[in-house]
Amino acid sequence: MPVSWWPIGLFFIIVAGFAATSLALSKLVAPSRHNEAKAETYESGIRPLGEAQQRSDIRYYTVAMLFVVFDVEAIFLYPWAVVYDRIGLYGLIEMVLFIVLLVGAYLYAWRRGALDW
Amino acid sequence: MAEFFITLIKIIVLFGGVLTVMAYLTYFERKVVARMQSRIGPNRTGPIGLMQPLADGLKLLTKEPFVPRRADKVVFLLAPVLAFIPALLTWAVVPFGPDFTVLGRKISMVVADVNVALIYMLAMSSVGVYGIIMAGWGSNNKYAVMGALRSSAQVISYEVALGLSLIGTIMIAGSLNLGDIIHAQQGTYVGFVPRWNVIPQIVGFTLFLTSAIAETNRAPFDLPEAESELVAGYHVEYSGFGFAMFFLAEYINMLTVSAVASVAFLGGWLGPAIPFVPAPINGVVWMLLKMSIFIFFYFWLRSTLPRFRYDQLMSLCWKVMLPLALLNILVTGIVKLFV
Repeated sequence: MPVSWWPIGLFFIIVAGFAATSLALSKLVAPSRHNEAKAETYESGIRPLGEAQQRSDIRYYTVAMLFVVFDVEAIFLYPWAVVYDRIGLYGLIEMVLFIVLLVGAYLYAWRRGALDW
Repeated sequence: MAEFFITLIKIIVLFGGVLTVMAYLTYFERKVVARMQSRIGPNRTGPIGLMQPLADGLKLLTKEPFVPRRADKVVFLLAPVLAFIPALLTWAVVPFGPDFTVLGRKISMVVADVNVALIYMLAMSSVGVYGIIMAGWGSNNKYAVMGALRSSAQVISYEVALGLSLIGTIMIAGSLNLGDIIHAQQGTYVGFVPRWNVIPQIVGFTLFLTSAIAETNRAPFDLPEAESELVAGYHVEYSGFGFAMFFLAEYINMLTVSAVASVAFLGGWLGPAIPFVPAPINGVVWMLLKMSIFIFFYFWLRSTLPRFRYDQLMSLCWKVMLPLALLNILVTGIVKLFV
């Protein structure tokens, strides 16, 4: 069965068009009064201190790494789930092996404290 | 050519419908939360406040769109658009009712009937994260950066749980197409209990619901916008229509997960026939009814539960939901093979 993706492309054009038009419209009808204090970064009314774009906590990075591992796993499971009816016991054993391997890595990450916040 | 115009009409109806429903969602939320707190809620604009969403929209449109001096201008302006577009594009694959025939032409109630609809939806929701992180980084504001980091870490964590919780329903349907998933839920158990996935997949359903709330940054998992500590999170610096786009995206995402929950676990547009109502409209009515249950549940949670702590949020996802989701897949596989 051929799948047509072009309706999504058309939808994208319409949505992007809407976003662009409404932003332009807002630019047109809204006032624009420049003011030094207004252009300052908002920091609860206090003078901004230093930069915001700086080094952040390593744990966000760990989460991103874990995400890659487990989301790729989920992606592997999707086609498996679709054809599961046809591959039966063989598929189940294969997937148990796959998940056991992953759970090993998962337990390692847990014990090393990667999941603690 | 006729095909093109039918699709165009479908897109325009869907687009208008989603935006209108989303606008009234804000009204509905304020009313529900108000009632739960013994208040009245908006009631001044139009009869019983029904013009409130329109007034809000006009107000946001006429507010100054404004870029802070230290912000990265391109990233800052692009971010709301990047959050908004994928939120709406997801709707292209959601079926609203059974196919019907008009003038001898078969029309399906879905814009793009693709075979990998579920993966497409998850992919689109991942793209939405870019909007958030760009908004935070581009604003060059400490609250915004923190909100964006928290939000993206939360969204990607729960995306894993969300993706895994849906696998059980895919195994039952043997397809990633949302229409096929609905068709697999036709019929009844013991004569009267509908054959919806929520019964065999109750664990998956609970996991999905929890991670969907975290995925859309809603209370009690609304840490990215925790107003008591982060003011507003990643969209602190946005005003006017840039802010409106983030708002639109957030509420449309709420609608999206409600739609996925209805399709994957509550049988989508399946439902008993309502007398004197043609089948396609009947389907749409059931679909919307099921979605509104989830929407109401969102508001109910918001006015009931306090916010989680961030460490609780993360360990709930990685230490509880992830193993449970994997276990659910294994059990589903074994049950499907041997029972």
